[in-house]
Amino acid sequence: MDASPAPLKLKTGLAEMLKGGVIMDVVNADQARIAERAGAVAVMALERVPADIRAQGGVARMSPVAKVKEIQAAVTIPVMAKVRIGHFMEARILEALGVDFIDESEVLTPADEAYHVDKHAFAVPFVCGARDLGEALRRIAEGAAMIRTKGEAGTGNVVEAVRHMRTVTSEMRRLTTLRPEELMRTAKDLGAPYELVRLVAQTGRLPVPNFAAGGIATPADAALMMSLGAESVFVGSGIFKSTDPEVRAKAIVRAVTHWQDAKVLAEVSEGLGEAMPGLEIGKIGEGNLLQTRGW
Amino acid sequence: MRAGVLALQGDFAAHLAALPAGATEVRTAAAIDALDLLVLPGGESTTMLKLLDGSGIEEAVRRLVARGGVVFGTCAGAILLAAEVRGPAQRSFGLIDVTVERNAFGRQVDSFEAVLEPDYPGVFIRAPRIRRVGPGVEVLARWKGEPVLVREGRVFAATFHPELTADRRVHGLVVAAVGTAREASAAR
Repeated sequence: MDASPAPLKLKTGLAEMLKGGVIMDVVNADQARIAERAGAVAVMALERVPADIRAQGGVARMSPVAKVKEIQAAVTIPVMAKVRIGHFMEARILEALGVDFIDESEVLTPADEAYHVDKHAFAVPFVCGARDLGEALRRIAEGAAMIRTKGEAGTGNVVEAVRHMRTVTSEMRRLTTLRPEELMRTAKDLGAPYELVRLVAQTGRLPVPNFAAGGIATPADAALMMSLGAESVFVGSGIFKSTDPEVRAKAIVRAVTHWQDAKVLAEVSEGLGEAMPGLEIGKIGEGNLLQTRGW
Repeated sequence: MRAGVLALQGDFAAHLAALPAGATEVRTAAAIDALDLLVLPGGESTTMLKLLDGSGIEEAVRRLVARGGVVFGTCAGAILLAAEVRGPAQRSFGLIDVTVERNAFGRQVDSFEAVLEPDYPGVFIRAPRIRRVGPGVEVLARWKGEPVLVREGRVFAATFHPELTADRRVHGLVVAAVGTAREASAAR
């Protein structure tokens, strides 16, 4: 299986380095510099932040090449970028640009409704979204080196990220209680490869880092996701759609490190200005949900 | 021995698994003051520097070394410990007399695995390179002749990630130095 141009250890190794950090969505070099100055562990280049994609509609694609280069030149931290689900040519272009991590993301308009990218075929590592354990293990089997919750991006509403993280972790806990002969049936039910199901049953955790994303808007949201089992946090619209991005970005960085210390959380949660406007999930309408893209 | 891993950010969980049982995550200066061995993990050094601001942790690390404790930094941790940092220049603790260049192999697609001399497995991820080694610094491992694991007294630095492999020899060296430092202080 390991015909990949880079060993999985190097790919998950970079994901390990990003643990306990905040990965921030940016659309240009100025935002990337603000993110780095605030202590972001990486930046995510995209054409428009999720809240704008949601508001403006149209086809959301990979960030323009000039923007990716501008962001790479502006910061020394890793630069990630999003590709449409299944769009392995956008991924090849980002790999050629030397992007450090690729997010095959439901936030962009899917390019393929049947297949995700064969991520083993790349030297650059991939992160993919998941709503449950089966989806996470399918992406890992395809070569993803990091999993994140999908949540519901661009809403400033953490409820879906919470649901997805709780679902993945409780399904993993359940696997650890099963008898060996029960695992094949569970693999069938999850739609996930037996070997990965067996591995999770033994270890109680994913074989790659497990991060949170989708709707995180406050330091408290970030700390909540960490306490539910996230090893790092992605913040999309939550920073640059707030009234004071730099202050909020710094606060979320400290909240992720000190998520177990409520005194620090209280301290960093003060004087942040306004959070991004939030959206109720029920008012979005089934057809406008981003999390149902991909499988 | 009381061992801890600085858990502000990075692959601290991998180091905890590589250290003897009982090692803990530390996030404050007070917690470092209770240790004999501190590991500064891999991660993003710029992020760690922001989180260090105003925390008193840098001073606690200096106190640890001054009272005979052992410090080991890998990758970003090595960058924090260095005397001088380039590519670009940034603040560092100056606890080991080496000059380190950040991201000196390139981007993630340039990350690689190699066998070192002696034969430790070397996992290099967006790794820094040691560009200068001071006269008091001992080189403990090399890759293609260049230093990748160095030691000055009780301070160790590696540009690779022994914590990401199953080989525990490098952590073993560091842990053994705690014993030696204790005997030396007992003899005094």
